[in-house]
Amino acid sequence: MIRLALAALLLGSAAPAAAETFAIVNATVAKGDGSAPIQGGTVVVRDGRIVAAGDMRMKLPAGTQVIDATGKWVTPGIIAGFSRLGLSEVDLSADGSSDVSADGPFSAAIDVVPSINPLDQTVAVNRASGVTRAIVAPGTGKSIFAGQGAVIDTGADMDPITAARKFQFVELGEAGAANAGGSRSSAFALFRNALREAAQLRRYAPNVQSARSGAPDERDRPVVRDPNESRVYTAQRNQDVLLTRYDAAALVPVLQGRQYLFVHVERARDILNVIDLAREFPSIRLVLVGASEGWTVAQRIAAARVPVIASPVNDLPASFEQLAATQSNVGRMRAAGVNVAVGTIDDNDTRNLFWERQYAANLVALGKIPGATGVSWGEALAMITSKPAEMVGMGGEIGSLAPGRRADVVIWTGDPLEASSAPEAVFIDGVRQPLENHQTRLLQRYRYLPRRDLPEAYRH
Amino acid sequence: MVSNKLVPAALTTVALLLGGCAAFQEKPKKEPPIAINQDPYPSTYVRYPGVPTVIRGATIFDGDGHRLDKGDVLIADGVIKAVEPNLMVPQGAVVIDGTGKYVTPGIIDVHSHLGDYPSPAVESHSDGNEATGPVRPEVWAEHSVWPQDPGFGRALANGGVTTLQILPGSANLFGGRSVVLKNVPARTAQGMKFPGAPYGLKMACGENPKRVYGSKGTMPQTRMGNIALARETWAKAVEYKRKWDKYEKEGGDDIPDRDLAMDTLRGVLEGKILVHNHCYRADEMANMIDMSHEFGYHIAAFHHAVESYKIADILAREGICSAMWADWYGFKMEAYDAIKENIPLVHNAGACAIVHSDDPNGIQRLNQEAAKALADGRRAGINIPDEVAWEWLSRNPARALGILDRTGTLAVGKMADVVLWNGNPFSDYTRPERVWIDGAEMYDANNPKRRPVSDFELGQPGEGDTK
Repeated sequence: MIRLALAALLLGSAAPAAAETFAIVNATVAKGDGSAPIQGGTVVVRDGRIVAAGDMRMKLPAGTQVIDATGKWVTPGIIAGFSRLGLSEVDLSADGSSDVSADGPFSAAIDVVPSINPLDQTVAVNRASGVTRAIVAPGTGKSIFAGQGAVIDTGADMDPITAARKFQFVELGEAGAANAGGSRSSAFALFRNALREAAQLRRYAPNVQSARSGAPDERDRPVVRDPNESRVYTAQRNQDVLLTRYDAAALVPVLQGRQYLFVHVERARDILNVIDLAREFPSIRLVLVGASEGWTVAQRIAAARVPVIASPVNDLPASFEQLAATQSNVGRMRAAGVNVAVGTIDDNDTRNLFWERQYAANLVALGKIPGATGVSWGEALAMITSKPAEMVGMGGEIGSLAPGRRADVVIWTGDPLEASSAPEAVFIDGVRQPLENHQTRLLQRYRYLPRRDLPEAYRH
Repeated sequence: MVSNKLVPAALTTVALLLGGCAAFQEKPKKEPPIAINQDPYPSTYVRYPGVPTVIRGATIFDGDGHRLDKGDVLIADGVIKAVEPNLMVPQGAVVIDGTGKYVTPGIIDVHSHLGDYPSPAVESHSDGNEATGPVRPEVWAEHSVWPQDPGFGRALANGGVTTLQILPGSANLFGGRSVVLKNVPARTAQGMKFPGAPYGLKMACGENPKRVYGSKGTMPQTRMGNIALARETWAKAVEYKRKWDKYEKEGGDDIPDRDLAMDTLRGVLEGKILVHNHCYRADEMANMIDMSHEFGYHIAAFHHAVESYKIADILAREGICSAMWADWYGFKMEAYDAIKENIPLVHNAGACAIVHSDDPNGIQRLNQEAAKALADGRRAGINIPDEVAWEWLSRNPARALGILDRTGTLAVGKMADVVLWNGNPFSDYTRPERVWIDGAEMYDANNPKRRPVSDFELGQPGEGDTK
């Protein structure tokens, strides 16, 4: 009985059904691709994928469940552009509940996947707020390299991983300098050395051409799955190595351009240094994370064709690498032609990803402030849906309502960028999700306080 | 009436009759009590000049729960002169078209660390916690406030914040005195001090004090240690107050020792200094309430108060405000039971609800935080009108700070602390267009010269930029 009750709590009253065929009609539909919302729109979902969305008439297959969303808005689910979702239930002084960063012997080899707990309340709370996927990076320990990040979904099931090892995360700004012993020069030297050590192991990896023609699983396979794997263990390495064999091998996909490299920097000068690195290692697929001062060098970021995941509302000189911070940063980079997505960098990144909607709205609000640079509503929504997906090369799979995309769909009470709006229904891969969590259960218990015949603990 | 002169003579006679007993020697005249300066770092704030201004045809939330559609507001001489429809425009007054816009009292943040944890957030600037002992009521936040913190200007221009309380941090059970500031840039903290605002005392319960001192192997290491040490301190304060009350009444040579820490606590026991108590959990708030009864003081507000919804009835009965976030949760154990309906549930129970920031970014969006809480409440069936919810942002914080008679609503005669918003302030698409403090225009979105730039920002990249 207890076990059943627990299962009911986890799954909520509306347990996820299998992916069905359904159509949401009469909604204001925003596709997440940067376009403006469409009144009286329809979204059709079959077998967990989007069939069609927008202002269209199509004959629905027999048995299609029709959801009338008159007065509601429909968008793709929010994708947290840079986060630590699923890595921490409680951040401070709660032993064992946080897996964000580690001071163990490995760095680049770390794969964030085993740390992700889909049953964290943080996942449930964000799911209930319309966040359906997240790009999750580990945090750094002692090294400049944090390890390999993943894309996850927030579904109420035990299979959160959408794509493992999509990117390597490295700190090369203030945090990187600190981890490298105290200077940016040291951090960049460590970085170059790490890629040199990786280059010695490159021959053990599948070559890029064959990897790209192979199955997705093969392509995403780590070069080394076991740190003591014999073929690499016996490989000849120089004597003067700093990285463990396992860490060096983990950087091979970065070197090959099979895995993205997310680099956290904020300062304008650091951004340019990283762009120079990309010239030095042309096969690297670089994504800048942070870039609070990006607007001051926006033309050069655009020219280098490096995309950026930015914290949109940083506007304080919070550190000496963010002196030029302004909320216009995103708008100005965008205006210069930089491809920008929104993330929460060092900003409650384990739990408050639902703030991204509000942040996106604030970018729109800037349009009414003389001297500020905002973005359009459609672009703002794209920055928290399709743009984050593009940052990890998954724009064809998630983040919009284009045909064929995974059916991550949210029906909202109103304009989804207004934080006062809330999801009424959330679908992930076409499966309707429960929206209950620890918070909603507490609300039910304490909604009315007058004393009853039994204590509050009996209200459940 | 017997003349004073005669009394000693009569006493002397009696003394002689009793054989010169020393007990009846002439009673020495007691020295009058020395008065201690209660305001040694006084406010030097002087309002800046304004011009008589009429905002015409705006939607007005007066902060007292009322809404006026297409109303007019007249401010002059630093104060609110009138709030009514179809106002007669005085000669020479500037008229601003408020059509489609909103007017509210300036936002008051009851919980800020601007100035004592300023930007850039480097070690040299870390001035919020005197974490050298858990009982530090002798420190005053104003002595840490760096008036050049760029955060003040952001709170004004992006947040419409006109008044804010700067508190010491929560490492200590007794963190020290807070200070209430007008959000008007000045060269000194004194130049920002809200004239006549009472001091506050920052207290803390829960995880922070026990973590900070427990890790040093000193008391408090537990929640029971928190309470024991706080009680011991209050017991000393009661005794200190008794000594000083007696001395101030009777004077004499026996001047009690001066103790700056106890001075602050005596001020609390006298009701002159207001208690702002950092506390998350319902059970701990109940303990703090009992402590306040035990020693005879009142708690003005619980800050953070993420579990206020569990005891909203008790808080209503006790007349204690709760200063809360809309949706922060789970960042530590004592925040684990935070729910998004906390603010409306507290309001709905008839208790005093406040939206606070405790954050240099959040302070720029307190209106949006209120909007979230309001919407979450409505979805839970608590239908609070927008104009009533505005009380969370100005009236109730003014009440908790003891300045409601001067600001916090648009009542005639109050300080003209006013924000003109370029849309509905409960929308995330809305920003302040103009902000007046004491009738002086301190921000105008359309005029880069009406935008504060702190000393720190001069000559830096982005100086004077829209932020």
